[in-house]
Amino acid sequence: MTAVRVFGVCAALAVGLGLYGLITNPQPLRKIIAFNILGSGVFLLFGVIGRHGAAAGVGNDPVPQALVITGVVVAFAATALAIALLLQLFQRTGSATLCNDAPRSAGPDPPGG
Amino acid sequence: MPPPSPTLDATTSAGFLLVLSTVVPIAGVLLAFVLGGRYARSVASAVIPLGVTVTVAILIALPHSDGVIVYLLGAWPPPLGIALRADGLSAVMLAATAAVICAVAAFAAADFSAATGDTRTPFAFWILLLAIWAALNTIFLAGDLFTLYIALELLTFAAVPLVSLDGQAETLRAAMRYLLFALLGSVLYLLGTALLYALHGTLDVVLLSRRVSAEPAVLIAAALMTTGLLAKTALFPLHLWLPPAHAGAPSAASAILSGLVVKGSFFVIVRLWFDVMAGLPSFVAMQLLGALGAAAIVLGSIVALRQERLKLLIAYSTVAQIGYLFLMFPLALGAGKIESGGALAGGLVQAISHATAKAAMFMSAGSIYATLGQDRIAGLGGIGRILPISVLAFALSGLALMGLSPGAAYLAKALLLQAAAERGQWWWALVLQAGGFFTAAYVLLVLTYAMAPATEQVTLKKAVPRAGELAALALALCSLLLGLAPWRAYLPIPNGDVLDSLRLGAVAKMLIPLLGGAVLAVLLGRLELPFRISPSWNAMLAPVSLVRRASLASSALVERCDNVLRQWPTACICLLSLAAAFAAAMRIAF
Amino acid sequence: MSVSTIFEIVLAAVVLGLGIWTTAVRDTYSATVGFVVYGLLVALIWVRLDAVDVALTEAAISGGLGGVLLLGAAARLQDAKFMAADTPGKLACVSAAALSLLAVAALMVAVFLLPDSASTLAPAVVANAWTTGLTNPVTNVLMAFRAMDTMLEKVVLLLALVGVWSLAPDGAWGGHPGPRHQADANGVLVFLARLLPPIGMIVGIYIFWTGADHPGGAFQGGAILASMWLLAIMAGLTDTPPVNSQRLRLLLIAGPGLFLAVGLGGFWSGAAFLSYSPTLAKPLILGIEIAMIVTITTTLALLLAGTPERSAQQ
Repeated sequence: MTAVRVFGVCAALAVGLGLYGLITNPQPLRKIIAFNILGSGVFLLFGVIGRHGAAAGVGNDPVPQALVITGVVVAFAATALAIALLLQLFQRTGSATLCNDAPRSAGPDPPGG
Repeated sequence: MPPPSPTLDATTSAGFLLVLSTVVPIAGVLLAFVLGGRYARSVASAVIPLGVTVTVAILIALPHSDGVIVYLLGAWPPPLGIALRADGLSAVMLAATAAVICAVAAFAAADFSAATGDTRTPFAFWILLLAIWAALNTIFLAGDLFTLYIALELLTFAAVPLVSLDGQAETLRAAMRYLLFALLGSVLYLLGTALLYALHGTLDVVLLSRRVSAEPAVLIAAALMTTGLLAKTALFPLHLWLPPAHAGAPSAASAILSGLVVKGSFFVIVRLWFDVMAGLPSFVAMQLLGALGAAAIVLGSIVALRQERLKLLIAYSTVAQIGYLFLMFPLALGAGKIESGGALAGGLVQAISHATAKAAMFMSAGSIYATLGQDRIAGLGGIGRILPISVLAFALSGLALMGLSPGAAYLAKALLLQAAAERGQWWWALVLQAGGFFTAAYVLLVLTYAMAPATEQVTLKKAVPRAGELAALALALCSLLLGLAPWRAYLPIPNGDVLDSLRLGAVAKMLIPLLGGAVLAVLLGRLELPFRISPSWNAMLAPVSLVRRASLASSALVERCDNVLRQWPTACICLLSLAAAFAAAMRIAF
Repeated sequence: MSVSTIFEIVLAAVVLGLGIWTTAVRDTYSATVGFVVYGLLVALIWVRLDAVDVALTEAAISGGLGGVLLLGAAARLQDAKFMAADTPGKLACVSAAALSLLAVAALMVAVFLLPDSASTLAPAVVANAWTTGLTNPVTNVLMAFRAMDTMLEKVVLLLALVGVWSLAPDGAWGGHPGPRHQADANGVLVFLARLLPPIGMIVGIYIFWTGADHPGGAFQGGAILASMWLLAIMAGLTDTPPVNSQRLRLLLIAGPGLFLAVGLGGFWSGAAFLSYSPTLAKPLILGIEIAMIVTITTTLALLLAGTPERSAQQ
């Protein structure tokens, strides 16, 4: 049981947890948290692969590390955008839900454009 | 023209044009960001011609460069560095993107100028438009899987705010759903990328194509990446986000979202299967993709016929047309490997035909919406007189989608039918023909209402600029004439008279789908017909109304299925099941 | 089973336990706190995997700034009406669990079937380090070998900010993001906000500067600087800048702008877009990184501050 295997299993389980949370938890904020856990699992998988590819005196393959750093920043930006959308939705409607409940033709037509 | 194997360590002479394709729109984004909302439109109008020039230069340079242009970024060859590669596929997609962006910019110029003092929407719209252009160009040219991932994220981040640009609660919700589902798709794609790197130590497309073999991890990666990209492309049953997002966005944005943004992730799927994993797929897996496409065509069209709002109808039409794009995969599978031939050409021509025609459709719908202040199909009466150009543009784009010759859709259908005949997979030919009937159905539905006389007094909310209507018309005409473009120089169209047989029999060929479409529209569309039927006909039509009630019930059932599928948990479960089914299907052949 | 393996198993178990708790707990605020701790412990896993650069990034950006973002959102959403109709049924939960487990199994299979002889690019990176003069291999990959990805990522960050800003209500467009924070002038928050930023700035700049040869870099340093600025904002010592400020916007495009300029300069001097001549490589890269850290600090802080809520005149 090397570090690669232990943390590889950890990464896989984090991915599974994130997927489950993203699918089942009804509140959007919890979905975003689950997405972050999912992302951390994927990045850990990269890290495990990098560790497996340690060579030439470097403890972890630099290319997956660079990919993960890029990925972490992109994931943060995604979280920020999602939360901004969520907060705006909450400010306009007082509730935060993804449910497509709005009846399509009952209400007044949205303004043109 | 068989594509030559691209060289890896040689930047070809026209290579820098590839860099400019990405750099020019990005420079536009940065400049517009600094100068602010007042000058955003001016920056865009300066940058767009430059970008078009670069695209035209690439189109001209490609045939002289043996069909492939390569550029090594930083002069580092893969696997360490990143290469940009343009082949025929990239070139035609670049051209289509440039054309649609031009037309949409002309259409949106009046809506998103800072003249009214509002600087938020111009600032957002023009920057997002340029960013989408930069992202798409990078997708078409990048030769590295991780660069493709970043370009896909750029595309998503630029597309999502366009959906919620008007700030209504409905569109905010649609934007959130789009963002979260697209992020799920990207994460699955990234997961697959990790597995591929683990096995082969590179993410370069060409290097991977030489190294991949059918190991379990590769099959899992392929399943994950394909399903993630399918989520971003909104193929049935993963289309939950598309209808509200495309219908809720401003019309110029809907044109870009339907026409171009979904083609980005589609292109990555094509790259993945035709370049990276050409030797891997199994018959069952490709048939699965095609089956999903067929289901998309049927379900999307039926639900489109049941819509009461024009923009929702067009959005569901997009769901159906996306299904067409995936019919190319089962037809491209030759003796155990995917071959680039007529099916590939057909699929790409179909993508471009849809891009141009759907953008024109959304633009003309936008003019109608702005003029009437609402877009209920039942309330469209009389619009034919007020906005003849827009209705004509809608009709032409509808005809283009149906496959009127010499449109691109006609060429695509001919290529795909030919491929189906070659492979002996006659069932896809049936699907293709049926799709034509369905498309005709909802186009005819809208046109009937648009051409009918006004039932009530039509109040004009806003005067729509002529330039916008003309832009829509120009794009629709373009889509209708694209069959005549020099495709052979860029796409692997098989020799033979694919297009030459179109002139005489073409009109006759159109009549059958039109008639069939009319029947379907009457049977499945739930709106009342806009004209009265005299009582003597009523007696004869009694059995028809029985059939109509039965078919309406079945189409209502289909719509209810669609509503169930578009719930978040259901869609995500479909996503994961699809990934599992795909992986299993690929395992079967080995 | 050596001691280190036992330690790793315990660490992984704790992390996973936290993850399960975060996913399952009812109260959203607790879930957010759980996620912050999760993020910090995952950083420990990264250290164990010998990827200190990533550990710093994960702790600073994902656990740190991401956690603040989520905590702020959880606090503001505490009054959100919870629609019972949203909760998926038993069948959906069971299918989701089954499919997630399937995904877990597939990934574990992939991990256990990793080839013994790893295909790795580490030797190539180390062998080509002389071209830039920097010895941190991750910085080399980010700034030289895969510079295009980094530049595109900067544009992605900017686009996310444009997206966040575009959500502003019409009255607040161009104004200050987020609410005006007030804090007790004699309280702990203000005390820390006066004490920590100078130290934090030095730490942030040091981590950035040392990234050339040791773990660190512009992203990590920028995150620390951003958090110091945010601390001052949250304590009410300063306000968020108005979004229509030209100077702010110039700072925000400094990173990608300079990156683009240097890239084009590389082409002009004969080599290729985004290539550096070996003599000029180190100063050029450091110059780009200085512009990048300015942009990263501003962008991360503004992403956290959120959508403009108060008009620019206030």
